[in-house]
Amino acid sequence: MSVKDKVIEIIAEQAVLEPSDVTMDSTLEDLGIDSLGLVESIFAIEEAFDISVPFNANEPQASDFDISSVASIVRGIEQLISEQAG
Amino acid sequence: MKRVVITGAGTINALGHNVPDTLEAMREGRCGIGAIDIRDVDRLAIQIGGQVKGFEAEGLFNRQQMSLYDRFTQFTLVAAREAIGQSGLEFHGELAAKSGVVLGNSGGGMTTLDDNYRSVYEDGKNRVHPFVVPKLMNNAAASHVSMEFNLKGPSFTVASACASSNHAMAQAFQMVRSGMAPVMITGGSESMLCFGGVKAWEGLRVMSKDACRPFSANRNGMVQGEGAGVFVFEAYEHAKKRGAEILAEVAGFAMSSDASDIVMPSKQGAARAIAGALQDAGLNASDVCYINAHGTGTAANDKTECAAVADVFGAHADDLMISSTKSMHGHLIGGTGAVELLACIMALRDGVVAPTIGYEEPDPECALDVVPNVAREARVDAALSNAFAFGGLNAVLALKRV
Repeated sequence: MSVKDKVIEIIAEQAVLEPSDVTMDSTLEDLGIDSLGLVESIFAIEEAFDISVPFNANEPQASDFDISSVASIVRGIEQLISEQAG
Repeated sequence: MKRVVITGAGTINALGHNVPDTLEAMREGRCGIGAIDIRDVDRLAIQIGGQVKGFEAEGLFNRQQMSLYDRFTQFTLVAAREAIGQSGLEFHGELAAKSGVVLGNSGGGMTTLDDNYRSVYEDGKNRVHPFVVPKLMNNAAASHVSMEFNLKGPSFTVASACASSNHAMAQAFQMVRSGMAPVMITGGSESMLCFGGVKAWEGLRVMSKDACRPFSANRNGMVQGEGAGVFVFEAYEHAKKRGAEILAEVAGFAMSSDASDIVMPSKQGAARAIAGALQDAGLNASDVCYINAHGTGTAANDKTECAAVADVFGAHADDLMISSTKSMHGHLIGGTGAVELLACIMALRDGVVAPTIGYEEPDPECALDVVPNVAREARVDAALSNAFAFGGLNAVLALKRV
């Protein structure tokens, strides 16, 4: 499964939607994912890819990890995977 | 000052998943204590408890709720639904704004703590689920009750070990009596039957390996239980006006501190709380027909408690009944006073006094009528419920028949 498909699967599960309902330009707000849902999704992503996502809920803008859309999240995770590989 | 009555009761414990089943078990003197089924039980020296069996959270809560509710919160919500359902109350507007939830609890989300310590310490994981804190905090249950029932008044959790529920119910009682809140949801819960929870108690060497036999000369310690008891405390006039069924009246309470030892009980501290509750309720010692004892089944508690009762009641101590239902449901620690209040309600409303089961040999240091092994029919107009916690914190409630 590609990174994109896995991330969509995680986000869809959190939003209680089918993966087909989650598009790359969806925002978390569009999908009805609140702040608690976001930290739960990040936890699931960290577990799935064995990476550490630099995200502080107090200052979501402070890190390079961009959560403005599903596409930006996928891009961020792909980058973290390549940085944290090995 | 307003009169305060109980218009709803709910529970889940080793004797039953609701009030009718629990009271039936108490009437029959059934024992809910048995072998516990938890992870790593083979590494425990103590392998018995009053465990809630056959409980399925699936179906009671949705997926998001399940991920947020520790077992103690699940128990609390089950009991709260039964109690509030029985009361027939719905909380909107002014009633919602003033009514709140005060619950007793000692350990908080022990299962959550246990599972996650295991994961980081034993399995070496460096990441835990984001909901660990909202699951384990010991006000979680009170908060979820407030959310599910739209209770927007004073809400918090009281932790005073084995007296938590009685202290919580005393707070709720005061709030309704003073007119601060027309209705309060109160009681308590505990879910400490996990590896770490039992192991910690084991360390103190006060636990029985076979049974809880309060007041019996051959008693050899306490047995842990788990579950919840929740009640609706309501101003009498408020209940009367809407034609609610009244289960019993909460007439008074008292609290005291031994100020002496972190684990050993004190006769004086217990006696002051008992006498204080009588005075607060405007009862004469001779009015009290039944006491639900703290009765843990330890050598120290039971003789100290009997001595305190003898001191306060004098000759009448020989005429009243005192039983410990912990012999059946185990010691629910922070939730125990709440489940035990059910025995007081049964005595007052139904005229049935729950027995102390497992009673085998009279102890001259506990020479009271402990209602050995078999429930008894009696007219009970006033009853007390004792709770004496580690740390020397005592809370006694006084109830009357309505």
